[in-house]
Amino acid sequence: MPQAKAAVIRSDLDIVIARTLARDTAKELGFGAIDQARIATAVSELARNIFLYAGTGSVTVRGIEQNARKGIEIVCEDQGPGIADIELAMRDGYTTSRGMGMGLPGAKRLMDEFVIETQQNVGTTITCRKWRAS
Amino acid sequence: MNSLRIPILKVGDVLIASIQVALHDASAVQFKDDLLQKIHDTKARGVIIDLTAIDVVDSFIGRMIADIAAMSGLMGARVVLTGLQPAVAITLVELGLELTGVLTALNLEKGLAMMQSQADQTEENSDATG
Ligand SMILES: Nc1ncnc2c1ncn2[C@@H]1O[C@H](COP(=O)(O)OP(=O)(O)OP(=O)(O)O)[C@@H](O)[C@H]1O
Ligand SMILES: [Mg+2]
Repeated sequence: MPQAKAAVIRSDLDIVIARTLARDTAKELGFGAIDQARIATAVSELARNIFLYAGTGSVTVRGIEQNARKGIEIVCEDQGPGIADIELAMRDGYTTSRGMGMGLPGAKRLMDEFVIETQQNVGTTITCRKWRAS
Repeated sequence: MNSLRIPILKVGDVLIASIQVALHDASAVQFKDDLLQKIHDTKARGVIIDLTAIDVVDSFIGRMIADIAAMSGLMGARVVLTGLQPAVAITLVELGLELTGVLTALNLEKGLAMMQSQADQTEENSDATG
């Protein structure tokens, strides 16, 4: 099992670095091309949110195993403003930045598990997982 | 910061841009601006954006493509996307971005042919009315 690897998010260049890290790790873990694209795209959305709303943060990627299932876990963390209303933020089309409001709900659709922990003025941690089809 | 430029080629009255590297946000915005300027300067009637080498299209790049298509349309140039990888097409739809209204073709050659046949149709139509 490859070790956890992290990418620091500070600029839009780091978004590309984070999603490349996620894709490479997914490939290493045996995910197929379509799942690699799903995982890389979800990470791109979450990393961009960190950059846009918190300024800085990190994306950590690691292989996981549970009941003989293999998968990938991605933790996106920031110490930004937090999300005031998670239910609203998860709605398709909801945005506070004239975006498309697609990042969070889209990333959730692309992954198998998706958990948001957030506290206003403390930060946001989003943990998501995808399992390999066996 | 220097963002790298995507080369835009002119073939007849069609512009062709083949995106060969992962676009970060600033270079994507630069590309949009360059392309619209070039449509204006060359009076191009069509634009082909080849994405064969692109393995991730997220909401930011997706929106940029939709914007380019809408803005080019206003300037009288039709946009055809070519070379979309199957994994990218699937991911775009699952993400919720279907790029409805953006024309696509399997590869550059088919994209050019599509451009040509539409140009012919437009000519026929204007012949009929004029
Ligand atoms: N890490 C974060 N910290 C604080 N707020 C966040 C964070 N991530 C998302 N949000 C809030 O949730 C809203 C919805 O996020 P989402 O990614 O779905 O859409 P968006 O970023 O506005 O647009 P898009 O991603 O389509 O460009 C954001 O507008 C923002 O208010
Ligand atoms: Mg977003």
